[in-house]
Amino acid sequence: MATLQMQDIIKDFPGVRALGGVSLRVSSGEVLALCGENGAGKSTLMKILSGVYPHGSFAGELTLDGKPLYFRGIPDSVRAGISIVHQELSIIPELSISENLFLGHETSVFGFVNAASEARRSVDLLNRVGLNVHPDSNAANLSVGEQQLLEIAKALSSNPKFLILDEPTSALSPKEVQKVLQVIEGIKKQGVGCVMISHKLEEVFEIADAIAVIRDGISISWNKIHETKTEQVIREMVGRELNDIYPEKHRLTVLSEPILEVRNLTTRVVKDVSFSVHRGEILGIAGLMGSGRSELLHSIFGTGPKIQSGEVRFEGRRFICKSPVESVRQGLALVTEDRKRLGLVLDQSIQENSTLTAMCLGQWVRAMGFIQPAAIRKRAEELFELLHIKAPSLDAITRNLSGGNQQKVVLSKWLMTLPKVLFLDEPTRGIDVGARGEFYQLIRDLADQGLGVVVVSSELPEVLGLSHRVLVLSEGRAMGEVETLTATPESVMRLAVKTKKDDWKETSA
Amino acid sequence: MKDKLRALSMVIALVLIWIVFDRVTGGTFLQPRNISNLVRQMAVTGILASGMVLVLVLRHVDLSVGSLVAFLGTILAVVNAQWGLSPLSALMVTLLAGGLLGSIQGFLVSFPKIPAFIVTLGGMLIFRGAAMWTTSNTTVPLPTSWLSDLGTAYLSATQGLTAFSGVAIFLLLGFFLRARAYKSVNVPRPSNESFTTTITALVVCGIALLLFNNYNGIPVPVFIMLSIMAILTLVARRTVWGRQVYAMGGNPEAAYLSGVPVHSRSLLTFTLMGVLSAVAAVVLTARVGSASPDAGQLLELDAIASCVIGGTSLRGGRGTIFGALLGALVMESLNNGMSLANMEPFWQFVVKGGVLVVAVWMDLASQKQKEVFA
Ligand SMILES: Nc1ncnc2c1ncn2[C@@H]1O[C@H](COP(=O)(O)OP(=O)(O)OP(=O)(O)O)[C@@H](O)[C@H]1O
Ligand SMILES: [Mg+2]
Repeated sequence: MATLQMQDIIKDFPGVRALGGVSLRVSSGEVLALCGENGAGKSTLMKILSGVYPHGSFAGELTLDGKPLYFRGIPDSVRAGISIVHQELSIIPELSISENLFLGHETSVFGFVNAASEARRSVDLLNRVGLNVHPDSNAANLSVGEQQLLEIAKALSSNPKFLILDEPTSALSPKEVQKVLQVIEGIKKQGVGCVMISHKLEEVFEIADAIAVIRDGISISWNKIHETKTEQVIREMVGRELNDIYPEKHRLTVLSEPILEVRNLTTRVVKDVSFSVHRGEILGIAGLMGSGRSELLHSIFGTGPKIQSGEVRFEGRRFICKSPVESVRQGLALVTEDRKRLGLVLDQSIQENSTLTAMCLGQWVRAMGFIQPAAIRKRAEELFELLHIKAPSLDAITRNLSGGNQQKVVLSKWLMTLPKVLFLDEPTRGIDVGARGEFYQLIRDLADQGLGVVVVSSELPEVLGLSHRVLVLSEGRAMGEVETLTATPESVMRLAVKTKKDDWKETSA
Repeated sequence: MKDKLRALSMVIALVLIWIVFDRVTGGTFLQPRNISNLVRQMAVTGILASGMVLVLVLRHVDLSVGSLVAFLGTILAVVNAQWGLSPLSALMVTLLAGGLLGSIQGFLVSFPKIPAFIVTLGGMLIFRGAAMWTTSNTTVPLPTSWLSDLGTAYLSATQGLTAFSGVAIFLLLGFFLRARAYKSVNVPRPSNESFTTTITALVVCGIALLLFNNYNGIPVPVFIMLSIMAILTLVARRTVWGRQVYAMGGNPEAAYLSGVPVHSRSLLTFTLMGVLSAVAAVVLTARVGSASPDAGQLLELDAIASCVIGGTSLRGGRGTIFGALLGALVMESLNNGMSLANMEPFWQFVVKGGVLVVAVWMDLASQKQKEVFA
């Protein structure tokens, strides 16, 4: 029975104090949930624990069973028995599964990789996380859920005594989440101590033994799981009372023509899908992973599979999308799913990112391509305030922002273009509860001002809570639409798995 | 699979180029004498390209190798001819100097993180200047000794056969040992390690050996190049070091977070590139018989072009040394064929440039266009 402890950790970045005195304790065979708002300092704390920020770059003490730990780098923490699954997936697609698993601590004889023994151990590790793939197959072919399991297997490959999981479930579908939670449960039974960061409080209460809350880089509370409640955790996280995060719903009286209408759309992925969105309406699109939700949005927007048949009408006119620029110019906006890859220019500042698209449209651009700096600044500032982006200033580099705040920057970039129809693809991935409530309210307000919104989400409560109607896709086909005033998660799920009955039992169980 | 397809299409392209040149030159191109010459000339590019693959895989580039080859060549000649050091000491001094200069560049790239493009662009100018300085801008002849044989001699038929058997035994033994290792841990062998590949490789080598032995034997520079390529392939595919280099190229941040010592890896890669430049300098100087400060002009571009034609990705993470060998063969076939056909020099430049761009274009076009979110 080992105990890992962090005492009064303080960590400064140029211009920001990320941690201002946090203490934490976790023992073998226990799952500690670490909760806090975006930018509270969770990932930073875990990076200290795993040696990414070496000894000396922070104040405070790390101890294992009372003995102090000094990490000069990541290998030191691995040697001490601490492994981490980082917030951002870090699978290397060029390498095979087993090469990924042992990267950084290969089994070797005189510098030569012992591929056979790695293959053997890979099979064990993959079994341990329930991943049924060949160790020599290419890592590039895995789905996001499988990649996450592979990351966990990779962290286990050094036989850690403590495992840190930084938002392991944020990118996963409910079914995959269950799988990951089961795996964590198993790891815990084997005596490994786990620290898990998550913004999904249901799963925290499902799996954790204790829960620690930090806010603005300071420890707020530490409770046994049965001594606290969701409401209390939320209150500790955001520092105020927060009731229903979903804005109140009212029946929409649709008078106008639909602003966006899709008729019998068929591409390589989706088959014969029709739907319409009106001004002021929020349409949800639900479905399992791989049901073609994102692809549908991308096809309309002009960045996805080619439209083979069917038509899209925008503001009553036939809309043939030639390129994303054209779509944006017409008034469409697409908040993409993968913020790091598709959403941000990571080495540029918040302002540069958030004004990028609008500038391409010619806003604030004077004759001869010169930019009006003051006007841009003002607009960027407005959205910065509106979205409560937590960063030292508009000039902060987006790479250094916490995951949730990066997501907000992507959103601000699209709101800046003043779209008529807004597509949101998994918009709240990695966003904390408090910010989520504000975000929902914001979307609702925008809709009330006449924006049409289409939101794709894997989280059923979110789709149901936010939208007026929900279109359910399964294997690229539209299975039906439900009114959210009357719908239940079960009724949506039933449609989502219509073609696969057994699947549904598993998921709803 | 994709790599194999690429290699196959390159072999076909190569055969086409050869047939065309053979027609144009009225049959001289494919004569054993010319082929032997061609591969001998190719050795320098090939040696440099095999190191360049690793540099490119790391998402870096080394523009200094052409000048470095010239500088190291002058060191070799000056030390051997003017200072009177023995051939062996001169060789050692040259190799050491190569490693040292490579590691200085590697240090600047890895630690202060100056972009490799800049560091090696600086190196390109500095080494060229240094070569002029060491020779006072004249040509320094290399005395005849076993050292100059490294550029001009041939392996005898028995030596060639011995080398071939050595390789064959090594490959087959390696294959069976690995097969046994996989069997003992009860895991299926990776599909890319098929017996047919090993046998095909051996058969091709065997045929090449027979052809060479029909003429004078394997030219020594070619033997040196092939040995280096074999060793580096082994290093790239089977050692921890090689695997980590490819991982760093695929995703540097992830590699760093996985505990790969990224700085020392790239430092060592540049050092290796320096040593290989020294080997190339020795071969080139020995072949020409003298060192001149303007030797090896544009060699860096030939080396990079060979890698890229051979399928190395400039975005890092992908590239094989075997591909670079084929690429170097293409480049050198063009060089040799065009001068044999008495083409005007300006056309030679235009054709080489065009082939490079078109080759990469076709390679990209053959890959399926990815959708943005795929
Ligand atoms: N490398 C860095 N340079 C400067 N500031 C940084 C850096 N890394 C983190 N920060 C800042 O430190 C604070 C804490 O960030 P951290 O990533 O730990 O948040 P988090 O709690 O993990 O949030 P999220 O839930 O969004 O992932 C943020 O304000 C962030 O902007
Ligand atoms: Mg985080």
